[in-house]
Amino acid sequence: MSTNHVPQGAGHLRAETATAGAATATAPQPGWSPDQGSKDATFPKALVGVDERLGAAKMMRWGLGKVFPDHWSFLLGEIAMYSMIIALITGTFLTLWFVPSMGHVVYDGSYVPLKGVAMSEAYASTLDISFEVKGGLLIRQLHHWSALFFIVGIAVHAARVFFTGAFRKPREINWVIGVVMSLLACIEGFAGYSLPDDLLSGTGIRAMNGFMMSAPVIGTWMTFFVFGGEFPGESIITRLYIAHVLLIPAILVGLFVAHLILIVLPKHTQYPGPGRTNDNVAGFPVMPVYAAKAGGFFFVVFGITALVSALVQINPVWVFGPYDPTQVTAGSQPDFYMWFSDGALRLLPGWLEFELWGTTWSFNIFLGSLLLLPLVWLILGVYPFVEAWITGDKREHHLLQRPRNAPVRTAVGMAAISMYLVLALACINDILAIKLHLSINDLTILFRVLFFVLPVVVFFVVKRLCLSLQRHDRETVLHGWETGRVVRTEEGRFFEVHAPLDEYTRWSLVEYETPRPLGQLDGAPTDEHGVRRPAGPLTGLRNALSSFYYKDSITAVTPSELAAAHHHGEHEALETPEEAARIDQHGAPVSEAPGDDYYTKGLKAGRHS
Amino acid sequence: MSSPAALRRSPLALLVVLFLGLCFTGTAYAALQPSAAPGTSAATMSAEDVAAGKKLFLGNCATCHGTNGEGVDPIGPSLVGAGAAAVDFQVSTGRMPLPAPGVQADRNASQVKFSEEEISQLAAYVDSLGPGPDVPAAEYTDLQGADIAAGGAAYRTNCAMCHNSSGTGGALTRGKYAPTLMGVEPQHIYEAMLTGPQSMPVFNDNNLTPQDKENIIAFLKNMEEGGNSYGGAGIGSYGPAGDALFVWTLGIGTLIALAVWIGRKAA
Repeated sequence: MSTNHVPQGAGHLRAETATAGAATATAPQPGWSPDQGSKDATFPKALVGVDERLGAAKMMRWGLGKVFPDHWSFLLGEIAMYSMIIALITGTFLTLWFVPSMGHVVYDGSYVPLKGVAMSEAYASTLDISFEVKGGLLIRQLHHWSALFFIVGIAVHAARVFFTGAFRKPREINWVIGVVMSLLACIEGFAGYSLPDDLLSGTGIRAMNGFMMSAPVIGTWMTFFVFGGEFPGESIITRLYIAHVLLIPAILVGLFVAHLILIVLPKHTQYPGPGRTNDNVAGFPVMPVYAAKAGGFFFVVFGITALVSALVQINPVWVFGPYDPTQVTAGSQPDFYMWFSDGALRLLPGWLEFELWGTTWSFNIFLGSLLLLPLVWLILGVYPFVEAWITGDKREHHLLQRPRNAPVRTAVGMAAISMYLVLALACINDILAIKLHLSINDLTILFRVLFFVLPVVVFFVVKRLCLSLQRHDRETVLHGWETGRVVRTEEGRFFEVHAPLDEYTRWSLVEYETPRPLGQLDGAPTDEHGVRRPAGPLTGLRNALSSFYYKDSITAVTPSELAAAHHHGEHEALETPEEAARIDQHGAPVSEAPGDDYYTKGLKAGRHS
Repeated sequence: MSSPAALRRSPLALLVVLFLGLCFTGTAYAALQPSAAPGTSAATMSAEDVAAGKKLFLGNCATCHGTNGEGVDPIGPSLVGAGAAAVDFQVSTGRMPLPAPGVQADRNASQVKFSEEEISQLAAYVDSLGPGPDVPAAEYTDLQGADIAAGGAAYRTNCAMCHNSSGTGGALTRGKYAPTLMGVEPQHIYEAMLTGPQSMPVFNDNNLTPQDKENIIAFLKNMEEGGNSYGGAGIGSYGPAGDALFVWTLGIGTLIALAVWIGRKAA
């Protein structure tokens, strides 16, 4: 992009549309020329007037020329985004018929098994949406399925961002925004499935009522405040409704816009690969390729959600019946994103509730709800800052890490997921018991043990797997692929022929760096005069954590190692004990960091400008 | 003769009054006694049935329930007062004779060991040990004129907490469970409510009148016939657990597969 003109407003940009396509720093596809389409790229007359007033062309040009890298995992967030849009559209449809009132009515609709049954207006109107409104049931199911896809999309997207280190500087703020959005999405989901006032959702509201009551000292007051009196009262549905259709969606959409802006403003992250560095982006500009892909993906997501909604029943409120505080149904579970909290309640022992100073302290509920719920999102939110502190890394990162190249983070993440899963599965212990013909009591004991044991096991297994995969990568880089062809030499020696690795494949395998424990970087604890260096109170903790994170790590193959391996000309080049020791520990000095000149120079010439 | 007042003081007067009182009470009882539903044992079961039932009982049940149905602690409860309904429920659903000890006798409708006649003979014998609830009359299990909606309300109040709002069953403690009610004979559902087998409470005619029971059965049959199946495949009627299973496997799996397809570079 030329930088020596002074931009002259919209007119200037229109004059430049002919070359706008060349504004990217990326290698275009073969056969693509920057001038393509320029002949008839005249600005439509009708739009000129608009542009003269809004100056939109400038922004469009910047936005549409933006380069996005291609990878399926970057589309996971789009699943969440599109599902949210589907939920917004279908939700608007539902508001046209839903009556958010707990007023009493007697049902007289077309669903015979409930004819003449007393219920709330909310429930009756949900039945009407399902049975009287044309297409109502499909839209209801679309709304609920898209909400589930929204949260599943958030979960897989967050996992992708976490395990590839995409949350690192400068994207911590966006991670925090995403974490807040995921919390809001869960609250939004809870508020939403509570609205129909059926037996299942009423049981969920009752559980929420219990959560709030477990707050020490203020619990009872809080529930009376929220419910407008004794449970269930007559106002909770109306209050949840306004939270569900106005308050939370407004915040959610606002944060969503901020989330997108913070994705677009800095360049998009990319996976290591040939020609890809921390300073460029390899991919397609938004217009036309990426816009087509992303736009097409919206219809794919919408289509699949619609197909699922047409074929698979969800939340059949007519089966559950109207809410009545004296009733409950077996197999009452919240939607899956609330399982971990409900599961924690099922695992927490009953003796945590006791009476003291004339008050009941329900820690068996408090710990699994009012403490656990914020804690999970708090841990998620602060993780990038904690890891940056442990790593001592203040640089920007635009190049993603393969999960194996951050073994301890990957292991910590998987351990946390295993812990979460244990809690979530504990929430369906009754269904597991009946489906697997097990005792619910045994399952509860099993989950209690697993909650503490499984994360430790998962941590070690995953960490070892990552290290093994890294070793395998080193092996591959140094010796090439195993061809499976075994050759016998004249002297009778056998060896397997290894095919050399091409430069492009090698790039992705060596383009990562391995941080070292901070304790080793700081050097001696005393300065040259023998005076102890000033250390903050947390230095010890930081060094310990840093050592936990980075003491066992495997560095990428350096150019000198590669040269040595090639020099030896055989596969046993690095099998010496010294080498093996150097791989495991940072005791010995590491040669230059990977991703240095050797590799960049090697490919820079041909791949990007 | 003496005056009526004098007769009142006669020692015989007490006996006469006692006799009259007993006659009156007995007649009133016979007249007002809650009729043990038509088709009672006394009417249809003869002494031969009882004798044949005893023979069957000694051969198949006595090991656990004792040679006189008095029960063997701790493996089998006493059957005195269990009634014909309990026998019919346990034996015609294949729960008894119990194939193996376990936390709970499972329904095993394909492995019923006795003919209907044999079951009624067994029932006659057990009923002879001490009267208990009888097999329900056909008028309460033919579901004619039953109110589905009232049955649904009664079901949700009394049954759904264990059997699930869609009648698919649920877990109880220590491996016990409330079985599914789908595909169960109306008569057996009625008998279960009447006799409270295993972990189930008894819903006698004061808790749920015979009409209430019939309504509940009609509601269950309506569900069984698909009266509530709107909106597509139900994934086992397990509520959010089924939804979660679907969305985390086939649902997101399909979308990720399509994301991989879209994310691929053009050839």
